[in-house]
Amino acid sequence: MKQIVYLEEAYQESAGALENEIYTKEFEMELKKNLPEIFEEFAEGRKNAFLNVKKIKDQNKPVIGIFCTYFPQELAVAMDAAVVSLCATSDETIPAAEQDLPKNLCPLIKSSYGFGKTDKCPFFFFSDLVVGETTCDGKKKMYEYLGEFKPVHIMELPNRVSEDGVTLYKNEIIRMKEKLEETFGVTITEEDIRRGIRVKNAERDSLKRLYSVMKADPAPISGMDLLNTLVATTFNFNREGIPAQMDALIEKIQTEGKSQGKKPRILITGCPMGGATTKVVKACEDNGAVVVAYENCSGAKSVEENVDENAADVYEALARKYLNIGCSVMTPNDNRIKLLDKMIDEYKIDGVIDMELQACHTYAIETLRIKRFVNDEKKIPYMNLETDYSQADIGQLNTRIAAFIEML
Amino acid sequence: MNYVGIDIGSTASKVYVIVEAPEGTREFYHVLPTGWNSKETAAGIRSYLNEQGVDVSDENTVTVATGYGRVAVEYADYVITEITCHGRGGRELFGGDCCIIDVGGQDTKVIVMNQGMVSDFLMNDKCSAGTGKFLEVMANRLGVTLEELFALAEQGKKIPISSLCTVFAESEIISYIGGGEPRENIAAGVVDSVVNKVTQLAQKRCSGDRVILTGGLSFSRYFTEQLGQKMGVSIKPREMGRYAGAYGAALIAREKTERKRR
Repeated sequence: MKQIVYLEEAYQESAGALENEIYTKEFEMELKKNLPEIFEEFAEGRKNAFLNVKKIKDQNKPVIGIFCTYFPQELAVAMDAAVVSLCATSDETIPAAEQDLPKNLCPLIKSSYGFGKTDKCPFFFFSDLVVGETTCDGKKKMYEYLGEFKPVHIMELPNRVSEDGVTLYKNEIIRMKEKLEETFGVTITEEDIRRGIRVKNAERDSLKRLYSVMKADPAPISGMDLLNTLVATTFNFNREGIPAQMDALIEKIQTEGKSQGKKPRILITGCPMGGATTKVVKACEDNGAVVVAYENCSGAKSVEENVDENAADVYEALARKYLNIGCSVMTPNDNRIKLLDKMIDEYKIDGVIDMELQACHTYAIETLRIKRFVNDEKKIPYMNLETDYSQADIGQLNTRIAAFIEML
Repeated sequence: MNYVGIDIGSTASKVYVIVEAPEGTREFYHVLPTGWNSKETAAGIRSYLNEQGVDVSDENTVTVATGYGRVAVEYADYVITEITCHGRGGRELFGGDCCIIDVGGQDTKVIVMNQGMVSDFLMNDKCSAGTGKFLEVMANRLGVTLEELFALAEQGKKIPISSLCTVFAESEIISYIGGGEPRENIAAGVVDSVVNKVTQLAQKRCSGDRVILTGGLSFSRYFTEQLGQKMGVSIKPREMGRYAGAYGAALIAREKTERKRR
């Protein structure tokens, strides 16, 4: 019962927003608003999405909860299901998670598990199926316990990008499709998947157009507004509508965007970002820099590359695209270096900040390789920061980031 | 012109002043405990400066504040992080590019200077092991001052003390005390534990033999010797080491003013 009460509260809290029918009229509304208001709304995107997910359920649409960008969302589009991200970004449920999980585990894993366990998150609550991937050790072992109280399906991800890996993941994608068909009593045809690919490619293209506005120097918007928009867009269930929405936003930015002035330009890489960890972006921008690029899974990492629309085998095309995501769970992880290389040049980056969540071994170990690449090959300053979902280290973060910016 | 550098650390606050007058340049410095209120400390420094004939509100006085309490110095013309200030001051004290190890009251920093600029730096994590705080807690537990702790340590035989956590280390020391271990050995173990932790951090960034220790422990011949031995480099004790941040801040105040004039 507790979760029902909680959800009711969440709805009432946003009752004003509900009247505005954000989900259906989002696009028309936006044209009438000015840029700060639009960004304000994106910053509130997650809360609004709480309301939208309820509407989706009322329309009897399936809801799939996912953890990583490795899940091919094309399958969800193909069956008209909504996808919600279950990667939590607040420390609220960590104490509940620590009843079951070790203390020195990454906060993303603990927090996500905690939300699942306490049912405090509407996305978890409404998810008909939860999909996890065998990414890091922490997540894949956590899923075993999550499966005790949520319907969990695991996709097996290879450890390296190889032809054998592509075959493995292709088969996993087919198994995923069959699982969706079986769970929701639908048939997903190849034509449906091709439509899904076109929709997702168009969405990715439009997100890319959006964050590319930051190539301008001085940047037209703050890095915080950009991140909030990118994160909120993952909760927009009207995937087909995203390109038009992004293009309208880009036009607004071009006409109304306030130049951020000449400032040191930062690229952020590392672990996923959003919620509590936006403190890092805030510290950068409070101390006189502007974050112009995100090479992480809240930013370009999974968006840069599209699925080949003309490939004969749709499943293989999906497998190839998704395996190219430069996540530190891959060994070696050359694709991260390639993307960083390109972005550092295109966005005229002055310094790279690599944010790691505490106890994220793969990203933490990879910091050395990234440091070497950024310092020795790109010849610009690099700093890695370890943080968690608490606000206890804000003073330290500010000192470190301010000192880093003074260096640039 | 007066150039004032104020470094409000967690334990001690340091002031360094450069007075450029027609009759010649005069430099002086001062240290006082930070206490519990950085704003009061900043006000105290202001009256100290007044007594010395330096008025911070005078347009001929340029003040740079640094250290963890830097934002409390409301009369500062510039607020700059301790990394940049320690880098500048440490480099000046050393006499050229070097690696600066600053063991402070609540954190330990490693700063790499290259072509006169900070090229890289590293700070310890949230824990106080490997900082001045660790030594302060242990000296208190043994009922001695910091100076006495080093003197004791020199006569002792190092016993293993974990360098992971101040709180755990304190209970280890209580067990040693209970077991009748000589105080000298405990002191030697305590210093060695800090030396180990600082070395671990420093060696992530420091290469080469141009190393300077700054901060409140840099006066100690024993500590610099131990640290130098562990790192395989020669580190000199320095009376002025603890003023590196304030000195750097004063130098930056002067440079900023000169750059503005040009």
